[in-house]
Amino acid sequence: MKLSSPMDAWKYLPGTNCKECGEKTCLAFASLLLERQKKLEDCTPLLEPKYAAKAKELAELLAPEIREVAIGVGARASKIGGEDIMHRHELTFYDRTSLAYDVWDTMSEQDLRERVKKITKWRKFYVGEFLTLDAIAVRSVSCEAETFAGCVKCVAEETDMPLILCSFDANVLEAGLKEVSDRNPLLYAADKTNWQAILELAKQYNVPVTLSSPDLDTLNSLATTFAAAGIADLVLDPWTYPTGKGLADTFSRFVRIRRAGIVDGNKGIAYPLMGVPMTAWMANDNQDALAASYWEAIIADTLILRYADILILHSIEPHSQITERTLVANIYTDPRRPVSVDPGLREVGSPTDSAPIFVTTNFALTYYTVESDLSSNKIDCYLMVVDSDGLGVEAAVAGGQLTADMIKDTVASYDAEKKVAHKTMVLPGLAARISGETEDATGWSVLVGPRDSGRIPGWMTDNWPPKTSS
Amino acid sequence: MRKKITLGDLASILENYDIVELEDVKIKGDVEIELSQSGAIPPSLIQVLQTMLNVVDKQIESTLSTRESLIQVLQPVQYVEEQKVAVFEDTKFEVAKAAWTGKIEEVTLGATTSDGGTRESTVTIGGEKSLPFYNFDSQMPHPPVISVDCFDMPIPLAKAVRGFYDDVMEDPGEWAKKNVREFGADMVTIHLISTDPMIKDTSARDAAKTVEDVLQAVKVPIVIGGSGNPDKDPAVLEAAAEAAAGERCLIASANLNMDYERIAKAAQDNGHVILSWTQLDINAQKTLNRYLFKLGVPREDIVIDPTTAALGYGLDYAFTNIERMKIAALKGDTDLAFPISCGVTNAWGARESWMKDSPLAEDSDWGPAAYRGPLYEIITGLTLGIAGGDLFMMMHPEAAAAIKRVTQMLFGADTDGAKGENVGEWVTWEDNK
Repeated sequence: MKLSSPMDAWKYLPGTNCKECGEKTCLAFASLLLERQKKLEDCTPLLEPKYAAKAKELAELLAPEIREVAIGVGARASKIGGEDIMHRHELTFYDRTSLAYDVWDTMSEQDLRERVKKITKWRKFYVGEFLTLDAIAVRSVSCEAETFAGCVKCVAEETDMPLILCSFDANVLEAGLKEVSDRNPLLYAADKTNWQAILELAKQYNVPVTLSSPDLDTLNSLATTFAAAGIADLVLDPWTYPTGKGLADTFSRFVRIRRAGIVDGNKGIAYPLMGVPMTAWMANDNQDALAASYWEAIIADTLILRYADILILHSIEPHSQITERTLVANIYTDPRRPVSVDPGLREVGSPTDSAPIFVTTNFALTYYTVESDLSSNKIDCYLMVVDSDGLGVEAAVAGGQLTADMIKDTVASYDAEKKVAHKTMVLPGLAARISGETEDATGWSVLVGPRDSGRIPGWMTDNWPPKTSS
Repeated sequence: MRKKITLGDLASILENYDIVELEDVKIKGDVEIELSQSGAIPPSLIQVLQTMLNVVDKQIESTLSTRESLIQVLQPVQYVEEQKVAVFEDTKFEVAKAAWTGKIEEVTLGATTSDGGTRESTVTIGGEKSLPFYNFDSQMPHPPVISVDCFDMPIPLAKAVRGFYDDVMEDPGEWAKKNVREFGADMVTIHLISTDPMIKDTSARDAAKTVEDVLQAVKVPIVIGGSGNPDKDPAVLEAAAEAAAGERCLIASANLNMDYERIAKAAQDNGHVILSWTQLDINAQKTLNRYLFKLGVPREDIVIDPTTAALGYGLDYAFTNIERMKIAALKGDTDLAFPISCGVTNAWGARESWMKDSPLAEDSDWGPAAYRGPLYEIITGLTLGIAGGDLFMMMHPEAAAAIKRVTQMLFGADTDGAKGENVGEWVTWEDNK
């Protein structure tokens, strides 16, 4: 964005401190605008006609350096691009890398529907929410318009995810596009040879379009050409070579394009970038599927870290999706987000006075993991969250942020003795070394639980209720 | 039958006669004007038609709506501009180079006979003047190095790893040998974990003996790791450093909550490099490094370990922490300008790397744990490599090989003969695997 201080944004606001946005002053709102914590629409007075000119100007000043492009419609529509920074700690990365998994038009209808369903429904619980996948790339292997259209139709029936239609043949592409013209699919792709026809398609159907070339002068020229034609929703594919020097050059292209867009302020190339890790599957005919899926994840990792906004992937095996999607979740986590939760004695389910008390730390990741393991397995209990300065159990025990005395203080602060009729607590397996001290300090009996809270259900069978009580 | 002419026809007719303006023109009957999507309409023609329409308008009041819709079609000046697009705008891509002022310290591990040791190879890490693999800014001088772990006692390992080490777990020397011979390790790390009072409480003297065995067994540089017990490690690492005198090992590690002074002194007295370890805290890292400077540790004898957290379990903090340190160093912060070591084996702490199934019924199938584990180690390592890691301590041999391969490629050593010319054809690629 073009603004550097809250005062610069404040000049464009009504200045009435009306609090409609939820902030006490317009200046406070302005600083949150700059941090991208608030949206311009949150200032409702600014929507009034008399402020129209100012609102428009401010929106332009606030626009991210990399154009934000929407793909798909409805609840699962995704936005890509929209970045302002080169490194995560400078603010936060914003629109997470979209993970698109491929299907192709020579698949049997049954296989196709099954694959689409699987991609659509995939989910994994992580830090308080379910991770899902982002898009489906439909490849025309047949290069036949009718075959492609049939395939796109099937895919659209099975999923509400954003679609990427892939062919270099404008006729094939249009046949598919006609099936989903109301779903805002991303077109792939225009290159130096077919750009005129693809440009017409993008214009006619008003959909985002990918430009493809490993030569950055050509890519820059294509982007300039399309922009001059009034097509602003562009995605750039600088080609992904899977191995050797090709991979090093790919890395270089991604970094340099993003640097030109953000650091040099070259608007002509400041668009979202597409990586194609699935080229890993083409690298070596002799590699088996597992090796190919690993190499694909390696390229995905490299490009997620270095500026890809959307990736085309082939492996839908769980090991691929879990690692790729978790990495995106990690890199796109706002570093300003608090790493800790409040300490306290939480109820999980409906604990009675004979329910166990499990001890954990207030590192958000630890807390949510333990909490979800307990609630998902319907274990009614108390979770005693000790203030470990936001460290996980192992690190906190090693560093002295989880000690017997701190557990004693937590027991007292939250009246643990009044909640249950017993005096037994369960320490995490990773805190086993302080169990003796904890018994001495608190006067409670201490059981050592499993090293991973995912194993609490099995542990409960053998260990709870305690066989003897002291 | 009435003859129809298109706007293009009319335009060419008018142009043929070099007519720019029509006066007193009367058109009788139906006028049908087709505007085709392609083909430029000269602005002069639009002017002409507008004039014509005004005339028509005056004569037939009732066709006002027709007039408006026609004007709408004829007026879009923008439309005329869009037609210019047909031209390919030839432009050049340009981007500036990053201008860093700082440089990461260059550190050599291992000493050959000419330097007073018995190693047959050494490794050098660091020396960067740009971010990792940003060879377009400044060529990275040394590729990252991999040290494969071994332990001084049998330890519980994830199933996917255990099979590789089952036969050598009782013998650290054999274990180290296997790491080098079979798994191609550049270095070996011996973890003296049995010295932990909570584990076996073996003596510092036992630890020294183990280190001697490992140095006998392999001829690559080694890392000597303690048990992580802050009270016991100073004595253990001191004894180990003495036993390995002159070999220029990496002594792991000194940190703020232990007697780092004793460890640093032992490393210095015996010609080793010290690993300065802090927990995801850039300021603590600066502080500890400054303490080491004060103790007289030369800069070329320091490697830092800012802590590795596993994918999904704090990797975001580790990534950003390392990247910030690297950038600060390149900007000139000499407190942080040291090669970075990453304990990638920590990836096996992530439950996804070893647990059979998800503990949560709501999750999609996790697939075989044996496929997840190595990939967790690979992604954890590569992520930190791109952030700024120079030395990776790893466990799974295939994960180590994968990290080696990809970092060599990114470094610019084209060790792979793979074809790349067909990657543009991924859209039509057929999966025969």
